[in-house]
Amino acid sequence: MKTIQNIGLALFLVGLTIFTSLIFFGRYEVTPQILENLINNKGIKSELFINNMNSRVVGKEFTNSFSFSTEITSALKSTNETHKQNSEWDKVIWDKPHSFSYEIAKQAGSGLVKENKWLFWWLTFGLGILGALMYIIPNVIAKGPPGIKNNGIWFNAATNRGWIGWFAFVFLVGFYLLLYFRPDYIVNWTYIVDPISESLSGNLASQWFLYGFLYCVVMVVMAIRMYIKYRHNKYQMLRTTSVLFFQIVFAFLIPEILVRFEKPWYDFKNAFPLDYDFFFSWNLNELIASGGLGIFILVWGIVLTLVIVPVMVYFFGKRWYCSWVCGCGGLAETLGDPYRQLSDKSLKAWKLERWVVHGVLLFALVMTGFTLYSYFSGADAVLGIKTQTIQDIYGLLIGAFFAGVIGTGFYPIFGNRVWCRFGCPLAAYLGIVQRFKSRFRITTNGGQCISCGNCSTYCEQGIDVRAYAQKGENIVRASCVGCGICSAVCPRGVLKLENGPEKGRINPTEILLGNDVDLMDLVNKE
Amino acid sequence: MEHIVIIGNGISGVTAARHIRKLSDTEASSTEAKKITIVSAESDYFFSRTALMYVYMGHMKFEHTQPYENWFWKKNRIDLKRGYVENIDTKNNRLHFAEGDTLQYDKLIIATGSKPNKFGWPGQDLKGVQGLYSKQDLENLEVYVPNNKVCKRAVIVGGGLIGIELAEMLHSRHIPVTFLVRESSFWNGVLPNEESQMINKEILNNGIDLRLSSNLKVIVSDENGKVKSVIVQETGEKIPCDFVGLTAGVSPNIDFLKDSGIETGRGVKVNRFLETNIPNVYAIGDCAEQRKAIGNRRPIEAVWYTGRMMGETVAQTICGNRMPYNPGHWFNSAKFFDIEYQTYGWVWAQPKDNEARFYWEHENGKKCVHISYDKNTREFIGINTFGIRMRHEFFDKMLSEKQPVEHVLEHLADANFDPEFYKLHEKEIVAKFNAENNTNIQLKKKSWKRIFQTY
Repeated sequence: MKTIQNIGLALFLVGLTIFTSLIFFGRYEVTPQILENLINNKGIKSELFINNMNSRVVGKEFTNSFSFSTEITSALKSTNETHKQNSEWDKVIWDKPHSFSYEIAKQAGSGLVKENKWLFWWLTFGLGILGALMYIIPNVIAKGPPGIKNNGIWFNAATNRGWIGWFAFVFLVGFYLLLYFRPDYIVNWTYIVDPISESLSGNLASQWFLYGFLYCVVMVVMAIRMYIKYRHNKYQMLRTTSVLFFQIVFAFLIPEILVRFEKPWYDFKNAFPLDYDFFFSWNLNELIASGGLGIFILVWGIVLTLVIVPVMVYFFGKRWYCSWVCGCGGLAETLGDPYRQLSDKSLKAWKLERWVVHGVLLFALVMTGFTLYSYFSGADAVLGIKTQTIQDIYGLLIGAFFAGVIGTGFYPIFGNRVWCRFGCPLAAYLGIVQRFKSRFRITTNGGQCISCGNCSTYCEQGIDVRAYAQKGENIVRASCVGCGICSAVCPRGVLKLENGPEKGRINPTEILLGNDVDLMDLVNKE
Repeated sequence: MEHIVIIGNGISGVTAARHIRKLSDTEASSTEAKKITIVSAESDYFFSRTALMYVYMGHMKFEHTQPYENWFWKKNRIDLKRGYVENIDTKNNRLHFAEGDTLQYDKLIIATGSKPNKFGWPGQDLKGVQGLYSKQDLENLEVYVPNNKVCKRAVIVGGGLIGIELAEMLHSRHIPVTFLVRESSFWNGVLPNEESQMINKEILNNGIDLRLSSNLKVIVSDENGKVKSVIVQETGEKIPCDFVGLTAGVSPNIDFLKDSGIETGRGVKVNRFLETNIPNVYAIGDCAEQRKAIGNRRPIEAVWYTGRMMGETVAQTICGNRMPYNPGHWFNSAKFFDIEYQTYGWVWAQPKDNEARFYWEHENGKKCVHISYDKNTREFIGINTFGIRMRHEFFDKMLSEKQPVEHVLEHLADANFDPEFYKLHEKEIVAKFNAENNTNIQLKKKSWKRIFQTY
């Protein structure tokens, strides 16, 4: 067993190393033809830029993506500066420099990877998947009979904030920084998944397709790990299957297929305000221009947020979304499961959480208010603040940094629900509904708690579950995503997630069950 | 201001302190105001003793076993003192510490818990021989049994709850374990034969070398005063080992009370109000011994829940509402490797004369339900449930209402506390009961209304 696992680990690391090293390879050469296409597609009117490109880039071979990127972005910047100084606004190229550079690089690149896409798919994704499975599957036997086997989690450098955890942290943060801010560096990665993208949408892969595909692959592999770890627990098995289904079908396949039929890319389960740009004018315009389906999506998106989401939370708690449907939740519950014990359980963290997560919700609502006002009134600024600016700030701070870089990158250090707990505006909204108007609670089983602390330790949302359980109090908390792990790890059968009548949901706990005190007598004497 | 001193920061002492603070949370100038001090030689802060096993197994860090954050004590004005009480001067209301200092009290609560039993086995004090009770025991495990290189084999002596937990702990670090159990089947002084057999199987399935009907004769030392092997009484077999866990029960930790004038038997003798023979001195938790057993309970109950309940009760008395300790229906729980166990009411190892039994076991041999009821009146007496979680409230209500066994079975669906989507077995259980007893009980559907009436 151990040997198979070690070989698996080695294969995985080889795959990961090859994948990572691809950033440093490849040749980039812009032919006059590519430049011509670019000028036509983008409607570039700046002769200065074209001259710059012709003198500095065209016909030259760059041996890595970094120098190529530097050349393109500096050409772009310097020409834009000149035009802005001269107030030649129609000549300015408004694209984000590195996205612009990415689009050129995608065509200008050549080399081994682009010529052997499937070979490199096997050397990276293939080896990674194979190796990971060889590491994971033997645990059916190696970890003993079905049951909670959290043995050694706090001794393992990967899961106790040890050096492996920190290494993973740096790697993930680096990955997200590249993905969001330097797509032109990772052109080689996108070549690998071109064939898959073409078979789905008919287009070449963008960095977002790469991310979507990688997301699904990681979730599938880590879901297999979940299936093995919790094979005795049907709630976990079904929940894992559900998040996997919604990620692959709703977040990945359907949107890509929509694109194939020249419809807007849309993830039907991604509810506003998590889907923060739903009301952005470009999206509204695109939806309205897309005929019946576009209108349906528009109505669906609104109904989803205003009706479906809160009604479902009333009946089932926010878990129906956060740990059964949501993509962010899906990654947290699969890739993130090994890190759930790292969330901060202190009262301080809880206080911070409430300020931050509701702050983000407020930010999202204000930004959307600005957006809609601008959309309907045509004004590009509200109260002297440009709508575009506030959208950009939200996109950068919340959309990219909080949800991506911090949300996933911080898994190995702060636990797997950093985004869901501190940042997600939808979670904040669902949380308010769950706290005040819902049938969901975690029932505490009378006086059976022994205060061991497994529940609190393994709560990914940092809820001090034990603090309630040891008082015999049901757990009714806005942040609970209903993953069910507290109940799973409890050695005494104390916790049960359930939906029941609102009456008695928050139970009185003057004296715990077991001690036969005449309660009325006690109250009268006080 | 009245000074309440509590010796022992386990669940009993800490519960007492918390409830005293809750009940007397007044201005410091008030006559009702109380100063509370908790004394412990073991640890700075309260931790959950039952969770020590998970620290060794790597499920948790020691900090995680502490139910309250460190600021909690100051905020609630509960003073913590680290020190070992050597003796108590009850005439002058004064504690004398081994460190030399003293502490004055107005009211004293003794909550010093238990210590592992040692029955005078030769070699019981050697290095690498220990019980599993305290934080220090946990630390010693890291010295003597950190892994299977240092410890090639461990022997555990005594087949109770702590014994099987220690076996699970060592097993988690891949240390070969021999488990010497005096009884002919695991814990069969408490569990009926069927359940006991099921746990025997679970122990063996986990690769533990279980030796039933086996007593320890001698623990043999090496040249450095460390354990080298043990010899089994019955067979004379010599088992080489690097560690011996003594888990043959616990007894009250009260040696320091010898000359205090506080009356002791096996534990500190208390009446129903948890008062000792000395005014203003109380005893609660594992170390307290009821002068007269309450109902079917033992005079000393070394159980988490009873310690907590005694703490709640004594706090009432100390805050002016003198209240007898009145534990309700018996309940308990444990986990044997992967099999969870809960019990409500009484299911004795051997049925009493008036008792009839009903037993159902799942085909996988990891789940069972054992119900005891009165042969003549049909009154439900108790249930053991293995591998199926059940609701405490439900059975508490059944017992209080003295419901017949038929009523309990009819409503069994209300009792289930397993996670959602788990396979339900109530139908099979009721069908088996009907077949065996020529009854026609119809299982009712789960009803939220009934479940919430139990509050």
